Amino acid sequence: MSTLVKNILRFVLLILVQFYVLDKIHLNRMVTPYVYYLFILWMPFKLNRTIQMILAFVVGFTLDSFRHSPGFHAAACVLIAYLRPFLINIIIPQEGADSNYEEPSVRSMGGFFQYMIYAGVLTLIHHGYLFLLEAWQFGDIWYFIVKTLLSTIISVVLIFVAEALFSRKQKFRTNTA
Amino acid sequence: MRNVFLFIRRYFHFLFFLLSQVFCIYLITHYNKFHNAVGSATMNEITGRVNNQYNKIDYYLQLKRTNEQLASDNERLRNSLRENFENPDTSNKLVTDSIPFDTLGNRRKWLYQRAKVVSNSVTTQNNFVVLSRGSAQQLNKDEGVVDPNNGVVGIVTDVSENFAVVMSLLHKDSRISAILKNDPGGGGGSVVWDGVEPNYVSFINVRKSAKAKKGDTVMTSGITPTFPYGMIIGTIDQITPDKSTNNFIIRLKTAANFYNLQYVYSIKNYQKDEINKLLEKAKARINN
Repeated sequence: MSTLVKNILRFVLLILVQFYVLDKIHLNRMVTPYVYYLFILWMPFKLNRTIQMILAFVVGFTLDSFRHSPGFHAAACVLIAYLRPFLINIIIPQEGADSNYEEPSVRSMGGFFQYMIYAGVLTLIHHGYLFLLEAWQFGDIWYFIVKTLLSTIISVVLIFVAEALFSRKQKFRTNTA
Repeated sequence: MRNVFLFIRRYFHFLFFLLSQVFCIYLITHYNKFHNAVGSATMNEITGRVNNQYNKIDYYLQLKRTNEQLASDNERLRNSLRENFENPDTSNKLVTDSIPFDTLGNRRKWLYQRAKVVSNSVTTQNNFVVLSRGSAQQLNKDEGVVDPNNGVVGIVTDVSENFAVVMSLLHKDSRISAILKNDPGGGGGSVVWDGVEPNYVSFINVRKSAKAKKGDTVMTSGITPTFPYGMIIGTIDQITPDKSTNNFIIRLKTAANFYNLQYVYSIKNYQKDEINKLLEKAKARINN
């Protein structure tokens, strides 16, 4: 499957799963699990950064359209798409796995721990920013912090479940190829 | 000038990021303006169609509860039929008709229209219900929406050709004028949502002199042209006196179950235009 088709399928499936399955889940204190931004986490390394941000905006805006709350998810998605390359630069070892693999995964990031940091930090930023925008009107700081932390934990667990369920086999690309 | 271009080129990603953030925050803060824009109606139609497909499955899974609701609605309506009541004086016959104007001069004020719910959320801070009935099916903006058992659901905020978006009771901007059923004179206030738990709303600005106790029914006051008098909002779950003011803060369990909405009724008020016109006239006079 080409990268384009794969990503289009991913986009549609993640949005549908997010809106029709995860948005119906309601745990205590309004903790909502999110996975739709896996689309951003799994975007290819080599993509132009502006295009990454535009795609992130499109994903966020699509979910916003379903939820009738324009702007919230789009803002959070663009933020993590902007920060993603910096984080990858910090985490990936010097040998440059990003030139040998296509997209971020446990294998291409050089280990489970690195991948967990990558997913965890972006999740925390996404949730923090999203709930901050939402909390603007409610203004309860403890509620905001608790919600962010709990949602982050649940989302990270879900990301690893998704990772285990749909193992993405990635070819090791050599420079000679 | 060259330096400006160099600067833009060097920080293009960052500037693009800032620009998109500004655009997003503009969308968030100018939600109502965006709402009226052309793009919003198109998005409504598209998401509405997807929701419609999904709802075909969801509806089937909830048939049992939907049936129960409709049956209890029927029970209530059957009990209010005229045949159930005996008029002692047979020469004095009462007739009411459902035509807008009848010979006795009765005029229809409220019209109930059935609508199917195609999408509904409870988990976000701003929840909306989407109905598959739009302007092509005579549903208009600012109409009240109730569930089959007269429990308040929300107010229509946006209408496209075949779909309508309802601001649910569980929305931070939702504010509905309400009274206590047992003490209509003393217990007036408004119902808002604190954004913490679905199916629970707050009844605020109620004077401490009001006779409120746990389990009492709270219903719409009928002073706004959106809902008729006596639509049930919920039952009292908890009463806490507000220490700083002379008011109660009352927690309500909503009458409508927002987890399971399949059929609702929109309520059209035929006198609304007249009332609004009159209000505008009065306001214009004050301003002059």
